[in-house]
Amino acid sequence: MTQQFYVSPEQLMKDRADFARKGIARGRSVTVVQYADGIAFVAENPSQALHKISEIYDRIGFAAVGRYNEFENLRIAGVRLADLRGYSYDRRDVTGRSLANAYAQTLGTIFSSGGEKPYEVELFVAELGADPEADQIYRLTYDGSVADVRGWAVMGGTTESVEQWFTDHYTAGLDLGAALRLAQSALGHDDAAPREVPATSLEVAVLDRTRSQLRKFKRLPDAVVAELLGE
Amino acid sequence: MLPDAFRSAGSASFSEFLTQHAPDQMPGAGRERTPEHTGAVDGVTHGTTIVAATFPGGVVMAGDRRATMGNVIAQRDIQKVFQTDEYSCVGIAGTAGLAVEMTRLFQVELEHYEKIEGTVLSTEGKANRLATLIRGNLGMAMQGLAVVPLFAAYDLDLGVGRIFAFDVTGNRNEERTFHSVGSGSLFARGSLKKLYRDDLSERDTVTAAVQALYDAADDDSATGGPDLARRIFPMVAVITADGFRAYSDDETAAIADQVVAARLTAPDGPSAPLI
Repeated sequence: MTQQFYVSPEQLMKDRADFARKGIARGRSVTVVQYADGIAFVAENPSQALHKISEIYDRIGFAAVGRYNEFENLRIAGVRLADLRGYSYDRRDVTGRSLANAYAQTLGTIFSSGGEKPYEVELFVAELGADPEADQIYRLTYDGSVADVRGWAVMGGTTESVEQWFTDHYTAGLDLGAALRLAQSALGHDDAAPREVPATSLEVAVLDRTRSQLRKFKRLPDAVVAELLGE
Repeated sequence: MLPDAFRSAGSASFSEFLTQHAPDQMPGAGRERTPEHTGAVDGVTHGTTIVAATFPGGVVMAGDRRATMGNVIAQRDIQKVFQTDEYSCVGIAGTAGLAVEMTRLFQVELEHYEKIEGTVLSTEGKANRLATLIRGNLGMAMQGLAVVPLFAAYDLDLGVGRIFAFDVTGNRNEERTFHSVGSGSLFARGSLKKLYRDDLSERDTVTAAVQALYDAADDDSATGGPDLARRIFPMVAVITADGFRAYSDDETAAIADQVVAARLTAPDGPSAPLI
């Protein structure tokens, strides 16, 4: 008969956290940057089809790092949640906060339940406000913790050096081009030797306050990104 | 925590998700208890006339602003033309409550697909989804609460404006030139038949549509003409390669004023050559 060994809850949670962290650190970083007219998501992602960034609702965007099938699963759940709420009530009743809460509950439950393995993902949920002060950016980690972020944030890959670059160079009220150039150079500083990330391998999308449509999310094609970067 | 239904693999259709997860929110939910009756129902708001016409590079849709409840005018400024996504719109005629609900679901259906799949539906795909929704209302239609939408879209692949008409069973019928639905549609269609040419400019096509609505209002009591005292004019929408655009009140007023001014001397409107 096999013997069950005792594992302390601290050790169990630490093991699960280490497991999730390792998975998340494997990929490339994703950043979110507030600029004068909105919020920009920038990811290094050579694939044109498998997105790390996407639209959830009129003023809500989503970005993720980690295992594709897991964050895609959460993304679709978010779209369903938002569309169902908007359809049952009104478009204005869909908020980033309630979406971030739902994600936090889901990630937290999966992390602390004994059966499933924890999700190896981290998410950004950003909601565009009427002005930069009202913008809301949430960073959700694999264990369901939520952090309210201002200005910029980085997740996935080797974040320390990228974060350092942002701390040294970010100022509020950048225009879109400057914000993208900053994100591009920050993403290139994920190693001891800085590298140039080409515009074609950047996935960029914005929540643009100046867009006349109700839906403020817009994916920027490579040509537009290259032009904004001044390449 | 997000319920499992939200995280399960499934289709990109919002109405399918709604049917499985929140069936009480589907149009038609709970209507099995509706008492049997036939013919018109009292106290139900009806939308009236919608016209649509293509022109080189796009399509125009216009609707009058009247809603009726039996012999009473229920609303003078109802909106009956709705944008459904960046390149399509729906004009509704028939039972207003059911039609607006159906349009709302159709809007979410298109947007939901776009977000989940990362690509837009083909024009035929959109028209087929709408046909399915209309067919879902067949039971109500048989009891006198019909919904008859008209669907117009700019087809990005073909580079042309397209019009789709439906009957209550969801039979889809593409019209290449112009079409009209609603109580005044016979008069509007007759009018457009004489005014429409396939090489008209956008502005001229809008004028023809406003003329057709004037003729419909002239002969059909349920269709509202331009309301000069209250400055309420038809709702006009145009879809081109640049996307959907609703005309502002001022733009429509300028066209309607021209039409009305011409009718003061020729009440039956412009005449077509005999041969």
